[in-house]
Amino acid sequence: MKHLEQIHNQSAWLTSLISVLLGMLVGAGMMLAAGYDPLLAYGALFQNAIFQPYDLGETIRTITPLILTGLAVGLAFRTGLFNIGVEGQMIIGSLAAAIVGLKFSLPPVLHSAAAVAAAAVAGALWAFIPGLLKAVRGVHEVITTIMMNFIALNLSNWLVRTWLSNGADSTDKIKESASLRWDLLSQWFDNSRIHLGIMIALLAAYGMYVLLWKTTYGFELRAVGYNPHASEYAGMNVKRSILSSMMISGMFAGLAGACQLLGTSGYLSIRGGFEGIGFDGIAVALLGANAPIGILLAAVLFGVLTYGGGNMQFAADVPFEVIRVVFAAIILFVAANLSQSIFSRARGMRREPHA
Amino acid sequence: MNAVEMRGITKRFPGIVANDQVHLSVNQGEIHALLGENGAGKSTLMNILFGLYQPDEGEIFIREKPVKITGPTKAAALGIGMVHQHFMLVEPFTVTENIILGAEPTSRGCIDRHRAEREVREISEKYGLRVDPTARIRDISVGMQQRVEILKTLYRGAEVLIFDEPTAVLSPQEIDELMEIMENLVREGKTIIFITHKLKEIMRICDTVTVIRRGKTIGSTSVKGTSEQELASMMVGREVSFSVNKQESRPGKTVLKVQSLTVKDSRGVEAVRGLDLEVRAGEIVGLAGVDGNGQSELLEAITGLRKAHAGDILLNGEAITRLQPRAIARRGVGHIPEDRQKRGLVLDFSIGENMVLQTYDQTPFAKGFLLRYPEIFRHAKRLIEDFDVRTPDEQTHARALSGGNQQKAIIAREVDRDPDLLIAAQPTRGLDVGAIEFIHRRLVEQRDKGKAVLLMSLELDEILKLSDRIAVMYGGRIAGWLNPKTTNEEEIGLLMAGGKVGEEVAQG
Ligand SMILES: Nc1ncnc2c1ncn2[C@@H]1O[C@H](COP(=O)(O)OP(=O)(O)OP(=O)(O)O)[C@@H](O)[C@H]1O
Ligand SMILES: [Mg+2]
Repeated sequence: MKHLEQIHNQSAWLTSLISVLLGMLVGAGMMLAAGYDPLLAYGALFQNAIFQPYDLGETIRTITPLILTGLAVGLAFRTGLFNIGVEGQMIIGSLAAAIVGLKFSLPPVLHSAAAVAAAAVAGALWAFIPGLLKAVRGVHEVITTIMMNFIALNLSNWLVRTWLSNGADSTDKIKESASLRWDLLSQWFDNSRIHLGIMIALLAAYGMYVLLWKTTYGFELRAVGYNPHASEYAGMNVKRSILSSMMISGMFAGLAGACQLLGTSGYLSIRGGFEGIGFDGIAVALLGANAPIGILLAAVLFGVLTYGGGNMQFAADVPFEVIRVVFAAIILFVAANLSQSIFSRARGMRREPHA
Repeated sequence: MNAVEMRGITKRFPGIVANDQVHLSVNQGEIHALLGENGAGKSTLMNILFGLYQPDEGEIFIREKPVKITGPTKAAALGIGMVHQHFMLVEPFTVTENIILGAEPTSRGCIDRHRAEREVREISEKYGLRVDPTARIRDISVGMQQRVEILKTLYRGAEVLIFDEPTAVLSPQEIDELMEIMENLVREGKTIIFITHKLKEIMRICDTVTVIRRGKTIGSTSVKGTSEQELASMMVGREVSFSVNKQESRPGKTVLKVQSLTVKDSRGVEAVRGLDLEVRAGEIVGLAGVDGNGQSELLEAITGLRKAHAGDILLNGEAITRLQPRAIARRGVGHIPEDRQKRGLVLDFSIGENMVLQTYDQTPFAKGFLLRYPEIFRHAKRLIEDFDVRTPDEQTHARALSGGNQQKAIIAREVDRDPDLLIAAQPTRGLDVGAIEFIHRRLVEQRDKGKAVLLMSLELDEILKLSDRIAVMYGGRIAGWLNPKTTNEEEIGLLMAGGKVGEEVAQG
């Protein structure tokens, strides 16, 4: 078990936990200042997120893509890359899933599997371009992935309007055989929109764990992420490694897109702007310390806050924006590593590079 | 008067007591050496004095007044400055910008560049630290960068300067210059705490020396009344032999053959120009030369890290010139790299993972695609014991090891792979005398097993002691071959500077 500790060390757990508490405290402060009752609001939030089967199902549905985009960002981070393009890779994933779901006719299980696979491949290919530019020309991935986001958005919109519909704002519903919904599952959760994407997300989290920490290939990816010079010295193929990391990351993002399209919405529509689930992945990964278990937990938290926050508006009359502030505050606290400095002051130690 | 006094300092890290009731008192205006084995706790103690770590127990007095040093800013305010072994400079910035960073002189809210440059020039002239204030860090040598670090501390008004192994990264010439600078500093009333593993340096410029071993103070003594031998045994706790015992070499077949090799450096300039070199089984060839005469590029070309522009490299008769580093390593080349933190280790990996950095995908460390961590850690455990790497355990991150122990870990890994050709670049840089003795013995052992060893070192001592033949590099070529039995430092020095020497041993 010591090995697991290394992946997700104690101080990372503490940092995250304390940041969440502090973030919620900031939210509470805002509510007080604005004349709301924070206890009532938070109470309503959690109550409305998990206690009813229907709400629980909807919360799980909200969590699903967050896990996947969190994994996408986290895997890239672990291998030394900052993938801001998760949003775009996810859009392309949705697009590919929609095309397979609309234009192909396949037997039920096979059809959805094909659509999911297409989304994964599409996401990976979308990430291949910035990966290649980084590996070969040294172009920084932050710049290229951001630009790829815009290209993805406009490409998707253009295809929706031209090829995938007759000039309408959205496509038809995908064929039933391609859907990730499963009636039995929906019924268990009171006809909520929960779908099988959660299984994909959990498998992906497990996959990331096995890949990075159990396989020789993951050893390479991590080594290159930490120290490309030493990896080159050790005979690893640094360029190939960067490229693969980027593509695996894009694959997770593509899967997130598949879940949204094949599970939640069922059709593709014109987007006015970015949905933001890809960007939320950055927050999830950061809070989850880029480790699969951490990312799962962080996605759960953000999912609960997002879905519960929506209901909180009605129950306690608190605007949803408060929840976004809580998000932002949590991330700020993680990024500033405030808890670490609190601890180091308390225990009188600080981590420093060897001199 | 005591400039610094540390009493009963204790500092624990997970699994290890780095400092155990350490005492240190440093007189005003002296150069005080801190001597101890790798991992003895010297850097830790100095990091405490500089406010980077907080001690678990103990008191600190600066100019006889009790103080609490809560951070580097507090340390600076108390007049303590530290020059770290690994520099902390901003590469694209100029010398002046680096020096004033965080303490910029301003006029009307803007940085007063002229004043800054003037001040920097003034300080550097006062202490004989010649640097060009307008040069960019990435364009100047390591020795110059170190001067910038020294200037940084002086600019912030340091009265006590801590130097953590400053000479480990310097060439002999640069070391001489640094010693002069240190003498100037003391003349101007500064106090210096100086960490080094080189006993000669201590004998040369220090007044007092404090020895620590395994986190405990062994004692303090005046340098005048002691000898290198005595210091060495005080530090290691046993007699240390400075000479290497080795039999006559019995060279066998040629293992490495380099033919009219040309290699370009990162700027595209030819660093190695038509070089020929041969290393045979069962011999140690020493590669001497002033830093920057193409040694690094030559070794990088042999190991595949740098492309050869022209010429051939043969290993056991087969061309490896255009192979990838991995293929070269697998054909039997081991490489102890010059820069341990950049090339040699992944600092955020455990020792265990670092020990299989090249072999992680081979049996027994992997089965198919899957890593076998129990095997990896068992392997590391054995190497840690065999090579006396001081670490709490094999799962500790390489970052947490002391500098010398990081080096030992790399040597352990490379020697253990038992390569036909072992390339050792500055293998004992930063090692204590006990460890150096040990590593030297291992290198000779490799030779006696019939392996070829190519040793690159800036230390002439080391070259003379270990080599069976000496190749002196100058201007990208082998300027001459010398026989270590009949040559001396002067002769090598002459060749290194581009001169000619009468008697040469024929190659081969
Ligand atoms: N941040 C840290 N975390 C855990 N252990 C540490 C840390 N820093 C140092 N140590 C341990 O404390 C001990 C003392 O290390 P230190 O760096 O002070 O040695 P040193 O005397 O400077 O050795 P060297 O001559 O090799 O540089 C070592 O065993 C090292 O592994
Ligand atoms: Mg040290």
